[in-house]
Amino acid sequence: MTERRRRRITQAIAFCLLGSAGLSVLLTLAIILYFMTAQGSRAVSWEFLTEFPRKGMTEGGIYPAIVGSFCLATGAIVISFPLAVSSAIWLSEYARGSLWVRVIRVGVNTLAGVPSIVFGLLGLAFFVGVLKLGVSVLAGALTLALLILPIIIRASEEALRAVPTSFREGALALGATQWQTVRTIVLPAALPGILTGAILGVSRAVGETAPIMFTAAAFYMARLPRSPFDKVMALPYHVFVMATENPNYWRTKDLQFGTTLVLLALVLSLNLGVVVWRTGLRRRKRW
Amino acid sequence: MVTGTVESGSLQTAIEWMERDTDAEPVIEVEGLNFYYGRDRTLSDVSVSIPQHGVTAIMGPSGCGKSTFLRTLNRMYEVIPGARAEGTVLFAGEDIFKLDPVTLRRRIGMVFQRPNPFPKSIYDNVAYGPRVHGIRRRSVLDGLVEESLIRAALWDEVKNELKKSAFSLSGGQQQRLCIARALAVRPQVLLMDEPCSSLDPKASSQIEATTRELAAELTVVIVTHNLHQAARVSDHVGVFLSGGVLAEFGPTKKVFEAPRHPDVQDYLAGRFG
Repeated sequence: MTERRRRRITQAIAFCLLGSAGLSVLLTLAIILYFMTAQGSRAVSWEFLTEFPRKGMTEGGIYPAIVGSFCLATGAIVISFPLAVSSAIWLSEYARGSLWVRVIRVGVNTLAGVPSIVFGLLGLAFFVGVLKLGVSVLAGALTLALLILPIIIRASEEALRAVPTSFREGALALGATQWQTVRTIVLPAALPGILTGAILGVSRAVGETAPIMFTAAAFYMARLPRSPFDKVMALPYHVFVMATENPNYWRTKDLQFGTTLVLLALVLSLNLGVVVWRTGLRRRKRW
Repeated sequence: MVTGTVESGSLQTAIEWMERDTDAEPVIEVEGLNFYYGRDRTLSDVSVSIPQHGVTAIMGPSGCGKSTFLRTLNRMYEVIPGARAEGTVLFAGEDIFKLDPVTLRRRIGMVFQRPNPFPKSIYDNVAYGPRVHGIRRRSVLDGLVEESLIRAALWDEVKNELKKSAFSLSGGQQQRLCIARALAVRPQVLLMDEPCSSLDPKASSQIEATTRELAAELTVVIVTHNLHQAARVSDHVGVFLSGGVLAEFGPTKKVFEAPRHPDVQDYLAGRFG
């Protein structure tokens, strides 16, 4: 076998391996989507989306869980977003290169690696216990906000650092203060990246069970929450409850898949929405 | 002699400008300026008086501290961590290190090496400075935008598309937009850091013509690599040599015809740079 031929075969094998690795990712996603849709679509209907559960949650819909998840995710992002973006601005624009930045960055990265159940217990101990918020939407939203804080900080900081220095210099050289430069030039330019972080955060918050099971989630509620201090049902916890806590769990299998499908569709459409919006924003910027 | 290598057309212009009355009150007085990046000294004991109005060109080989010198004058070096300036710089009699940098930069504008328009419309780019300084009235802004674009010789090309993105302009137009943006806050001094280095010859000569016109009303300090450009455009020339030493400063004609420092003679003769 000639050297050239051997190299060509090696290359072909390498391409095959790499290609099949890529394909297997796609295949996994396809399998998940297929089973979710095939099993879940039997349960999903207009009534399923708009009605309360009935007969010990073996029939009826998941309306309160959808509303609950919506409240929790909205609360989490409303609390987390301003805090995360402010920290990212401070890290990238004001404290750049200092020792504090490095210390805080280690902290943020560690926070990102903490298992979500730890956040759940922290929320139970601190928000529910010490702050006496009780098991409530507010306590759950605060806990989720902590969980997604590092995600948004990291994405925002990267987006801010990607803004060319020449923009900042241009503004400063005109006599703009640093805050004016950040507010009118740097932030608008970094917005697409910051939004990506926000949506990753929301997607994460919607899907998490552990942080809310002790802090916000209700097994079953016959009504929607009336205030931030009410308990709520939530999609991921509802699935967990139907699959483990219910003595008739085998009768709810379709409902479980249906709920999961709704959850998945919610996360995917959130992601898709932002991708489309961001592409629009990106088309305007060229540098 | 360096004039032998200049094309005849621009030689005529160059000589015309060189013959101008170049005695004027200094607007910027630098005394014993040293500059450090961390431990490296990039300017050593620079003393110079930059006269009011007209164009002062700063020349010298790469890495000799030309840009550093320019960035000291409006304290733009302060954005770089570890940069430190020592010495006295007086602007219109005031110590710049005691002035608020925001006030200072409003009075001493800057144009950068590469055009750096903001990702905004042409109008919003020019109006940015005035807005930052609190001007909100539409009629005032409109007036400033038009005046600045006219002074930067860009008005005729963009007057019908002020709402278009600044990135839709060519490189030379973008640089003239940056000049207009700097002029809109009505500075007394305009610093230009190799403004033509990323432009083609035609765009460069447009910038040069604009610079000459501006010099009637304000003081321009321009860093350039290009000896011909310095000869064509400037009234005074300063030459930095390696180590950040200002080896020569004087009226352009004098410096080009009879430089005192032997290294400056070599530099002007194109033997290094």
